[in-house]
Amino acid sequence: MSETLLEIRGLEVAFGGFRALDGVDLTIGKGELRFLIGPNGAGKTTLIDVITGLTKPTAGSVRFGGHDLAGRKEHEIVRLGVGRTFQTSVVFEELTVLENLDLAASFRRPLWSLLRRRRGVPEEVAAALETTGLAPLAGRRAGVLSHGQRQWLEIGMLIVQRPTLLLLDEPVAGMAQDERERTGELLTDIARDHTVVVVEHDMDFLRRYASRVTVLHEGKVLTEGSVEQVRADPRVQEIYLGRAREGAEDAVR
Amino acid sequence: MTAPEEPVRRWRGTAGFAAVFSAVAVLALVAAPLLLEPFRLGLLAKYLCYAIVALGIGLAWGQGGMLTLGQGVFFGLGGYAMGMYLKLNDAGGDLPDFMVWSGVEELPALWKPFANPVFAPAMVVVLPVAVALLLGTLVFRQRVRGAYFAILTQALAAALVILLVGQQGLTGGTNGLTNFFGFFGHDVAADETQRGLYLLVAAVLGALYLGARQLVRSRFGRLLLAVRDGEDRVRFLGYDPAVVKTLTFAVSAGMAGIAGALFVPVVGIISPALLGVVPSLELVVAVAVGGRFELAGAVLGAVVMGYARTYFSEELPDAWLYLQGALFVLVMTLAPKGLAGLAAGLVRRREARA
Repeated sequence: MSETLLEIRGLEVAFGGFRALDGVDLTIGKGELRFLIGPNGAGKTTLIDVITGLTKPTAGSVRFGGHDLAGRKEHEIVRLGVGRTFQTSVVFEELTVLENLDLAASFRRPLWSLLRRRRGVPEEVAAALETTGLAPLAGRRAGVLSHGQRQWLEIGMLIVQRPTLLLLDEPVAGMAQDERERTGELLTDIARDHTVVVVEHDMDFLRRYASRVTVLHEGKVLTEGSVEQVRADPRVQEIYLGRAREGAEDAVR
Repeated sequence: MTAPEEPVRRWRGTAGFAAVFSAVAVLALVAAPLLLEPFRLGLLAKYLCYAIVALGIGLAWGQGGMLTLGQGVFFGLGGYAMGMYLKLNDAGGDLPDFMVWSGVEELPALWKPFANPVFAPAMVVVLPVAVALLLGTLVFRQRVRGAYFAILTQALAAALVILLVGQQGLTGGTNGLTNFFGFFGHDVAADETQRGLYLLVAAVLGALYLGARQLVRSRFGRLLLAVRDGEDRVRFLGYDPAVVKTLTFAVSAGMAGIAGALFVPVVGIISPALLGVVPSLELVVAVAVGGRFELAGAVLGAVVMGYARTYFSEELPDAWLYLQGALFVLVMTLAPKGLAGLAAGLVRRREARA
């Protein structure tokens, strides 16, 4: 891979006696589209929580584009260029779709300039409305959106932040098949000019859209490679793919 | 790109608002002084002072989700700043009357700068804003919120009352500051002055309302709503919710301070009983009844509850407290958006039928 964007070394997180992350090393290059998989409790979401400042690590380091992220607050990390979505989408229901996007796009403006009312639609917001296909719903309250539309809105809010690194936590969970395809296209689109890390449980989705995959298991990196390499790895088959193939629903949540 | 209905709706909203606002303003500024006898006009002026506090509560609580149960603190700071100035002005270089009665022999250092006709009115805003900024910075940075914040503000109101009562010689104790004669060169008791004061209060309320409305409709206002509904999510949009909340809390404190300062010449007294836990709570109840999610609802609530209180105190003095409590419970359970929410529901129903 080219230049390193995100470098994680020896990351440990303990909740009481439980080690959610147990010495994770992970390097993401600039422009990469990386999938993060692993069974429930493998530490995928915890990893994203640490990168974004939501969870404090007990040991180890996270470096992003030359900055040490340790001890920084969530909004400061966003301002450095790290954006994320959540498993359960949290858009602002009282605001319109357009207002949600505009809010996400405005954080670099000086605070006093926020005292003015929005006039018109900023360019990047208009573009995100198009990309996410939410343009016809721009004036509607976000509270009326379907689950899939909310996820897209959230991805749209992430795009207008113009982050260097996007962390998506299960973007297709709970989506219908056509919504998944739409999300996959959206993802491929975004990955063209961003660095993206996707946490995903869904095997189908993985096969269709993933290039490089990192497998987490019990708080450690089990293996890393292309989809084929990872699928061929007997350890992975045992802990994850095997169970999914047998149709164990819990592996796909 | 945008939904086609947006500009239309905004135009209608603005035109409708301008019409209603001008009508209310004309009624308040022209009709009320002509129609009401001086005593009733004084009462209305008092309610409008409370409405200014309510406006701030609407901003902090309704828009920002900060349930502040201690706005009396800021009201009091503004009121005492103004009261001290008026007292010193009346005394004309001597000691204020209550200090003489308490055996104080020299003007306390704290009081000295309040003789200045620029410093004292400035403190009306500066003191509450400074206290709110300090409190907000300490509290919101630590992510204290919800009921904990509410209890903290209430404790602050209780503490201020104890402080004021305890420092008899400095603050007039339980009696507070009263017996004012002049107000910037006018006889404060004269009908003429009181009418002028009423107009001043109404104009200040109108101006602050327009300012608050602008704030709510700005990007900052959208951000404030977002902080109210999902503070943790807002962090991941790159904003610091503590800053947003602290600034809003300070604005609401400044409003309460201005209200307190206007209250003093209108009513003629500022005392611990007017700014403690109970009056602070009563205003929150009024805002809830009027409708906390609309600034106009908050203002309306303060005026309606003010009138209701006066009416029932005159007719059925014992019933008011129960009625107030019952009203609060009813509103919270049956119409959580208050009178403003009910009104909006009626308008929507009519539009749906048309």
